[in-house]
Amino acid sequence: MTASDFTTVLVWLPIGAAIVIWLLPLSRYATGALALLVSLVEVGLWIEQLARFDFSRGGLQFAQRHTWISDLHVSYHVGEFAFSLWLVGLTVVAMAACVGYGFWVGRDRPRAYFGLMLFLTGATVGVFVAQDLLLFYAFFEAMLIPLYVLVGVWGGPGRLGATVKFVIYTMVGSLFMLAALIAYGLHAGTFDLVDGPTSISRWIFLGFMLAFAIKSPLFPFHGWLPDAYRQAPPEVAAALSGVVAKAGLYGMLRIAIPLFPEPTSFYRTVFLALAALALVYGSFLAYRAPDLRGVVAYSSFAQSGLIALGLFSGTRLGFDGAVLQIVAHGFISTSLFLISGTVERRTTTDEFALLGGMARGRPALATLLMTTGIISLAVPGSASFAGEFLILAGAYQRAWWWAAIGAGAIVLAAMYMLRAISAVLHEARGSTVADEALDLRAGELALLVPLVACLLVLSAWPAAISHHTGSAPPVAASAP
Amino acid sequence: MIHTPHIDWFAISTYLALLGASFVALLAAVLVPRALRRPFAATVSALGFVGGLVTSIWLYVDSSTGHLVVGGAFYRDRWTALAQIVICGTGLVTTLLGAEHVARGSDDHIAEFFSLLLAATAGMTFFVGSANLMVMFLSLEWFSIALYVMCAIDYDVEGSLEAGLKYLIIGSFGSAALLFGSALVYGATNHIDFAGIAAHGHANDSLLVLGLAMIIAGLGFKSSSAPFHMWTPDVYEGAPTTVTAFMSAATKVAAFVLAFRLLRTAFPAEEHLWSWAFAGIAVASLAIGNLAALVQRNVKRMLAYSSISHAGFVLIGLSAGSALGGRALMYYLIVYSAMAFGSFAVVAARERELGVPVTLDNLAGFGWERPFLGVAMWFFLFGFAGLPVGGGFVGKFYVFSAAYRHGWAWLVIVGVVATIVSLYYYLAVVRAMYMRPSEELRVAPVAGGSPPREPLLHVAVGAALAVSVGSLFAVGPLIDYAKHAVSALPF
Repeated sequence: MTASDFTTVLVWLPIGAAIVIWLLPLSRYATGALALLVSLVEVGLWIEQLARFDFSRGGLQFAQRHTWISDLHVSYHVGEFAFSLWLVGLTVVAMAACVGYGFWVGRDRPRAYFGLMLFLTGATVGVFVAQDLLLFYAFFEAMLIPLYVLVGVWGGPGRLGATVKFVIYTMVGSLFMLAALIAYGLHAGTFDLVDGPTSISRWIFLGFMLAFAIKSPLFPFHGWLPDAYRQAPPEVAAALSGVVAKAGLYGMLRIAIPLFPEPTSFYRTVFLALAALALVYGSFLAYRAPDLRGVVAYSSFAQSGLIALGLFSGTRLGFDGAVLQIVAHGFISTSLFLISGTVERRTTTDEFALLGGMARGRPALATLLMTTGIISLAVPGSASFAGEFLILAGAYQRAWWWAAIGAGAIVLAAMYMLRAISAVLHEARGSTVADEALDLRAGELALLVPLVACLLVLSAWPAAISHHTGSAPPVAASAP
Repeated sequence: MIHTPHIDWFAISTYLALLGASFVALLAAVLVPRALRRPFAATVSALGFVGGLVTSIWLYVDSSTGHLVVGGAFYRDRWTALAQIVICGTGLVTTLLGAEHVARGSDDHIAEFFSLLLAATAGMTFFVGSANLMVMFLSLEWFSIALYVMCAIDYDVEGSLEAGLKYLIIGSFGSAALLFGSALVYGATNHIDFAGIAAHGHANDSLLVLGLAMIIAGLGFKSSSAPFHMWTPDVYEGAPTTVTAFMSAATKVAAFVLAFRLLRTAFPAEEHLWSWAFAGIAVASLAIGNLAALVQRNVKRMLAYSSISHAGFVLIGLSAGSALGGRALMYYLIVYSAMAFGSFAVVAARERELGVPVTLDNLAGFGWERPFLGVAMWFFLFGFAGLPVGGGFVGKFYVFSAAYRHGWAWLVIVGVVATIVSLYYYLAVVRAMYMRPSEELRVAPVAGGSPPREPLLHVAVGAALAVSVGSLFAVGPLIDYAKHAVSALPF
């Protein structure tokens, strides 16, 4: 197996494993164990790739290309830039934790469930490595299918409404993206992302941006978000906000901004404004949310806005910060949703009114929630502080007021996160918090500690990512 | 003395195989004892279709340069042969389904059913190759009459006879329009062969244009495109599900393949007219099919409206009128016919299990009870919606590309909006199958106990699933086949 096969294996191994799980009549335990094993193998493969990746060289690596549809010049073209490598890493690690959580809580209908989780892993990795527009689109859509079923079958009582809203929202965006990519590809004569020329068509740019703005989401396309995040099982919500939503931001970073330089600068103010609105409005919503998942959900919305602010600042600093922040926030929101899941398992609820005082007698839960929460509110020295600092510095190069808005939102982040932490851990003991509700068990710790450890490593050495984003797709020159 | 044309026996071997099998099956109805009649007729039918498949594949391989055969009556080329392969393939899986599902109460008409199925398929394979208006009309009537009877074959089932009668009356109206149109075209050009019409027609001749319009309307009836779709939901709902599955797949293939050939060969000078006409019909089909499907509770009826909307998607490719449009049309039809057949076959299984018409409510829990059929249905529905679980996704990509290259970005947007609307009702079926437990709705099988074993149905659904999923991975070869087929047509 040569190094370039790794990318293909990373995409298709989980999908193949999903098919095996669907076909073989394995027991509940064997199914979960196999899925977890495959997820861990993915992590191992990714580490191997990381070791082999040549950061000094930049450009596309581990690339593989085969003709798929010859007459329209569509190919199966996969490969990784330095920034895609980090996103793939986030995906495999976060998905392994989510699969592990599903195994730990013992989901019903294990074969369907674990198969879908693995399929989701493969499709998401596919999004991050695809170097052909149609292939990208196929994976982008393919992520939706397992999510639809995962939320619709294993979700909470309001799941049916949540799934319809989620799917229709997302598909509206992606079908306009299909129209846009057809227009782009037929004009350019190729659907390849590496060979493809830049385009000045504003309509095509808007078609792509609609899909990405819904997926990330940006204001005002976040209507699907609260229901989907609240009704999904915790580990699916974790995957959705930690990994899948990042595909929207990745799309801006990889497709919308580099392929459409002229439309990007034409609409820059519009999208910076939408991003800033998402950031501020999302933070306020998070502050008002009555439940832990609501806080995490709306804070994801706010963070998407912040990251988009960095991307659309059109500066190198903003770009590096955005990549770092995508990964950091991916780990944060995965951890927070899983922690929320552990809280719900102990108390049956995540509503603040019924919670409180959980820190007493549960040091592990308290420590993990505190650590993740503190990192997420960007205290100096944390991974997200580094990311947000770079984003704000990049935004400042564009214009000082964007940085001012961003800085203001960081204060809001401290407010909503500290409120959430104290409502769960401190204050008077809530009516649903029983003395018998135990601290985190070994299985839960085994999932959460590595995630938090990743965050701590990134906090100690954020330059691991921010100095290794590679030769980015062409970024507009620094602001005047 | 009548001059007899030279007959290329190989070129007509597909029809001969099918007609021969049809004849044997019909004899079986009187000669074979009742107990053996079903397996015997089904075997004959399967053999006939295998023969048809083999000969049409052979014809495809051996007809790299297209030409007219049998006194200029029809074309022996790859466009014909590829369509024949698809139609015979549909016939073969319909045989599997029919062997378990048609006339279950008694074996009275089972041999006649297979005989008619073979005859209808023979008519369709003849139809797609026709080279003049006379052959076109004759073969259209040939397969239509067989279909009218097939719709009414389960006459003890409520609705079957009604469906047959409705289809007969409205179908005859469509045929009459087509015939009248043909007469007008003949009047305007003095020719009935496609090439002669192209050579002698004048685009500003109102008689010719009127004739073309009536021919388009006649083909619109057969392909159930709006506004000629009124019969579709009632007939699809009332006909035995096996017949519905066959009609929704094979009839559409035949009608669209012939339409594209007729327009390209006989009316190239009028392209600006039929191109707009079909774009209009496409928009109407997408709008009516999708909007009406949204409110259906009966799954067969919903799938009928969905088939109208898919006619709209195929017509997007057809209205582009280009070689790319032809490839798009052929590819879309291959994938669509597999998905349409498969989805109706799954409905047939549920219908047999419950003994009542399948609605969104009594599908509850089906996905968990019959995992294979559930997953297959899931693939068909997501494929219909254009999600990348099968060739449906590439098909949509192709028809949109054809329209865009034709300069019709607006038609792409219409298609995109229609796809978004269609998601709602396709997802409703998935939701019913997987997300509501059957206990919640108290649905019980009529007979109680385990559902019936249906090995042949599973094979048929498996074949449809293999085509609909495999076409995503085998886009390259399939498009190449379609490309060779399209190159037989004049551009």
